Amino acid sequence: MPMETRSIICISCPVGCPMTVTLEGGEVTKVEGNTCPRGESYAKKECVNPTRIVTSSVPVEGGEFAMVSVKTASDIPKSAIPDCARALRGVVAKAPVAIGDVIVPNVAGTGINIIATRHVKTLLSF
Amino acid sequence: MKSMKQIDIVIIGGGPAGMAAAVGAKEAGCDNILILERDTMLGGILNQCIHNGFGLHMFKEELTGPEYAQRYMDQVEALAIPYKLNTMVLDISPDKVVTAVNPEDGLMQIQAKAVILAMGCRERPRGAINIEGTRCAGIYTAGTAQKYVNMNGYMPGKEVVVLGSGDIGLIMARRMTLEGAKVKAVVELMPYSGGLKRNIAQCLDDYDIPLHYSHTVTNIKGRERVESVTIAKVDASLRPIPGTEQEIPCDTLLLSVGLLPENELSQSAGVELSPITGGPVVNESLETELDGVFACGNVLHVHDLVDYVSEESYAAGQNAAAYATGRQFTGDRIPLRPRDGVRYTVPSAINPDNIDKFAIVRFRVDNIYRDRDLAVYFGENRVMKKRKQILAPGEMETLRIPKSWFEENTGCDAITIRLEA
Repeated sequence: MPMETRSIICISCPVGCPMTVTLEGGEVTKVEGNTCPRGESYAKKECVNPTRIVTSSVPVEGGEFAMVSVKTASDIPKSAIPDCARALRGVVAKAPVAIGDVIVPNVAGTGINIIATRHVKTLLSF
Repeated sequence: MKSMKQIDIVIIGGGPAGMAAAVGAKEAGCDNILILERDTMLGGILNQCIHNGFGLHMFKEELTGPEYAQRYMDQVEALAIPYKLNTMVLDISPDKVVTAVNPEDGLMQIQAKAVILAMGCRERPRGAINIEGTRCAGIYTAGTAQKYVNMNGYMPGKEVVVLGSGDIGLIMARRMTLEGAKVKAVVELMPYSGGLKRNIAQCLDDYDIPLHYSHTVTNIKGRERVESVTIAKVDASLRPIPGTEQEIPCDTLLLSVGLLPENELSQSAGVELSPITGGPVVNESLETELDGVFACGNVLHVHDLVDYVSEESYAAGQNAAAYATGRQFTGDRIPLRPRDGVRYTVPSAINPDNIDKFAIVRFRVDNIYRDRDLAVYFGENRVMKKRKQILAPGEMETLRIPKSWFEENTGCDAITIRLEA
């Protein structure tokens, strides 16, 4: 299997160690440049299965605010971010919304829900 | 004229600093608190910071801005701390009369025993950095664009250049990309970023957005709307180098070129400000030079992490509560002297009688430093030396100075904090 090296910056803490990661056949075989064990585990995850929490905001109907902020309930594969962003276009939530409410179930087939990160009360109309 | 309302602690601002200060004051036993907030809700800037990464220190979990704000709103409600929204504070007098106005109460005057300044900061606008070019539409501060996108649901543009690599600029580069815009470049005047490294990795590298260090915007073109910006490399004295210009077609320029503590009210009260931080000069108890007026959060000095704002503000609230029941924070103070790479310290002086176990000192360095010793001297006596692999202006440092050092170094006339090779 081919050998590959990658340069990444560790984002585990403010030191930001520049690391060189060696991969063989898709597996991390060596991590250099890190100054603590957290660097190694970050490098392994980042090179084999990088994930991110995605945050956004979508319009909310009948609410006290125009928009409700949302996020993926847990991290999703980095490669799924564009599909996740696309899946959120056109989504409109309905007030009332509470923190943790599911706004989009199983976003872009990741198995992860999009949930609200803000309470939005119903706007009282007269 | 009605008799003036009497309040023990008036807190100016209901953002993260004001809310944590209120919780600190209440938990220290003060029952007569009032938060004055000019916006329509509590939470301040956290309301538009919908990204995650808040609360790792305070709650040991990764929250978004609105979720972090809600934690404190819940505490304010649970502790039944009164607040007034839509309320603009117009003046604070040196004897702590707070003048404010809102649509319900009209003009009001409150005599406070203690005042906590928690007004936060605001962004440096185009006018503060004198960019050449036409006065066309499409130029926003990054925070304004953040509010449009996240709270109002408007996209400010489709093709974007960001000037400055402060955290809000980095976060908006990602946010605009996710909403379908093309972010063509982030341009940073300095050879290093003013933002957090993790934001460069997660907001720019993840989306292949180029970051040009030692570059600036030298021209903005466009009649009605921005049509292009010209960027150029700068030399060591930060002057554009002729011949390095490149024109980037775009319709939007976002500015993320620094934050300024918002201290007009502090000044009208007669509070002394630091020329370096732009915030009040405070002692170990976060009290300004004006007795009974405390300051915390971004109005005091711009922070990177809200967790530290909350921690600092909680302490300010506790101290204000003590002041309101008669405690004085006066007495002899030992000045702190930032030297050799250390740009400033907050506080600027410490009275050891007023600290319990240790004093918290926060500071920033003035450049990128690798493999330096951070040293603390009491007079001529070096009491601490700690190797730091890296120190950067974009990352605030925190130092705990134990009370024992003061006891072991009585009679010392100054504490020096410096970097050594």
